[in-house]
Amino acid sequence: MKRKIGSILLTGVMILSLAACSSTTTPQKNGGEKSGNAKADNELTVWCWDPAFNVYAMEEAAKIYQKDHPNFTLNVVETPWVDVQTKLTTAATSGNVDTLPDIMLLQDNAFLKNVISYPDVFRNLTDSGIDFTQFAQAKTAYSVVEGKNYGVPFDNGAVVACYRTDILEEAGYTVNDFKDITWSQYQEMGEDILKKTGKPLLSCQAGESDVIMMMLQSAGGSLFDQDGNPSMIGNEKLKKVMETYAALVKSGVLIEVNDWDQYVGTLTNSTVGGTINGCWILASIQTAEDQSGKWALTNMPKLEGVDGATNYSNNGGSSWAVTKACKNPELAYDFLAKTFAGSTSFFETILPKSGALSTYLPVADSKVYKEPQEFFGNKPIYAMITEFASKTPSNNTGVYYYEARDAVVTAITRVVAGSDIDSEIKIAEETVNFAMGK
Amino acid sequence: MVGRLKKNRSLGQKQSRAGWIFLAPAVLLLVIMSFIPMIQALFLSFRTGLGAAMKWTGAGNYIRMFKDPIFVQALTNNFTYLLIQVPVMLVLALILASLLNKKELRFKGLFRTAIFLPCATSLVSYAVIFRSLFAIDGLVNTLLIKLGFLSTGYNFLGHPNSARVVIILALIWRWTGYNMVFYLAGLQNIEYSVYEAAKIDGASPFQTLFRITIPLLKPMILLTAIMSTNGTLQLFDESVNLTYGGPANATITMSHYIYNVSFKYVPNFGYAAAMSYVILILVAFLAYIQLKVGDKRD
Repeated sequence: MKRKIGSILLTGVMILSLAACSSTTTPQKNGGEKSGNAKADNELTVWCWDPAFNVYAMEEAAKIYQKDHPNFTLNVVETPWVDVQTKLTTAATSGNVDTLPDIMLLQDNAFLKNVISYPDVFRNLTDSGIDFTQFAQAKTAYSVVEGKNYGVPFDNGAVVACYRTDILEEAGYTVNDFKDITWSQYQEMGEDILKKTGKPLLSCQAGESDVIMMMLQSAGGSLFDQDGNPSMIGNEKLKKVMETYAALVKSGVLIEVNDWDQYVGTLTNSTVGGTINGCWILASIQTAEDQSGKWALTNMPKLEGVDGATNYSNNGGSSWAVTKACKNPELAYDFLAKTFAGSTSFFETILPKSGALSTYLPVADSKVYKEPQEFFGNKPIYAMITEFASKTPSNNTGVYYYEARDAVVTAITRVVAGSDIDSEIKIAEETVNFAMGK
Repeated sequence: MVGRLKKNRSLGQKQSRAGWIFLAPAVLLLVIMSFIPMIQALFLSFRTGLGAAMKWTGAGNYIRMFKDPIFVQALTNNFTYLLIQVPVMLVLALILASLLNKKELRFKGLFRTAIFLPCATSLVSYAVIFRSLFAIDGLVNTLLIKLGFLSTGYNFLGHPNSARVVIILALIWRWTGYNMVFYLAGLQNIEYSVYEAAKIDGASPFQTLFRITIPLLKPMILLTAIMSTNGTLQLFDESVNLTYGGPANATITMSHYIYNVSFKYVPNFGYAAAMSYVILILVAFLAYIQLKVGDKRD
């Protein structure tokens, strides 16, 4: 344990020492090489992390762009998200922006934090020729700072509610009973199913706020107001969400497990009758091949008695950012505009293999998206999800999003253990205010 | 006469110069890689700001810390682990070491290896294994249900106190063997005739332990106590990987919080550096007290 913390501290210290001598150091030797901007006018370097998913998508995009631009080369460097964040922090704090690639993929939740913390790193894409109106508005909102677009949306985190049709049937329900419902109807049916089959309807990871954030966004609620100040105290939507969540846990319809593997385990081992998550969860569900045809998909329940409540929400997803290390921004803009923000055939290519669902709205009309999926009862689920995405209300993430998420998780954990909701929300807001230095 | 002296001195000088030349690379690296960054971190701890934009704040970060409920919680957690885990572990290690030092015991090598083996496992993997052991449908719950102690699985990591107990158990499992080896090494230096004499005088095993083993092992006990204190105050892997600091920050450690402040949240390196220095001061202070209390040599 000593060595580990030692290395963490050392890393920190090294970053700091880089920051301290930034004005005198010359750019790192490999900087030019890595970003490729010094070498060729027709080369772009990209950082992203998943070979089966976003790396694959990037490479396919390059193939499509090369048809019209034969000289174009793309250099994808596989970089795990944690490393992307650490390298970005290092480069930005030390002033060596040159070490960054031309284009990098950022988690939507971390997008605002990075753009606002390091304003000199990212390029403003508002007038780059990319048509942002073609994307779901809730999605682009993650990468808009002060009215300026900084990111090209990539994958879709539209929330889906998945149910095991065989378990529902055992209790006398069908998936249609769960379409366009409220959370109290959900809980009622969930209790019935629990009684008849012994299986809870929903599982989630304790200490993670995914379910809470999905509920909140489904009603257009946020933990922050538009100016980025925490808005938890007196936030009726948040209070309703916490009540709903606590009631679900107490009734046994929602079980909390301790880590991600256990969560996926509850799905693949048939411990639960369904789940609600961003649509990327479908990849994990499909790992249980013996359950093919037993899953069905619909929209999520909505909050009751709250203004603006819908059956649609978002969880996760990522967007492409163009950095100031890019010496040929026109090329980067054009590349993104003609692929991720302008090619239906591109998304048709990547969907079957990677399951990467776009927030690019014109794709919803595509044939490939309308193909029925055997695993999910022969329903055209991808077209459904794209439709869900277009109906998702937007929310404000703010710079202090991760602090707020953790504060809310702490609050809900204590509420489930018997604490008072109002006082816990107050503590959560104080925690976030403290982190913001107020 | 004078000439010979001069020659001698220059030989001494030569040797000392050679010594310094051999030392220089290591010292230089140590200064550049370790001491200079430490001093920079000290300066940094007096600055505040987000990301790259930092400004002077004086003792602001240090004052802020004690108004920070999460830091206070983390500090309390660290001391809970320290006060419960370190004594239990050291006593266990001492008992095991004196058992395994018995001349008449067979398969000594096997037992020693078995007890030391947890130390060879990676910190992350053992934390992950403990997490799955104590899962709701994990081995521990399954056994307790089969034996009739529980009717349904208990969520050990979902309740503050049981989660802390799991961390302490994990730490004891991981580190007892490590400390035992130090004691075993110390025991080799105690003449066996001393024990024989005690036996002839009719001393009970307890008397032997308290009157002979512990006093003679004192320097070793001091060493392990300081190392364990140091390690527990810097505890990181178990909090990050076993409990994720949860439930509701009930098991978070200071190092885990420092990591969050630097890399998970909006980076606040000044505050993180200040908290690191508080750990340093605490470790130094506790080590000093232990030295004062434990070391009675003149």
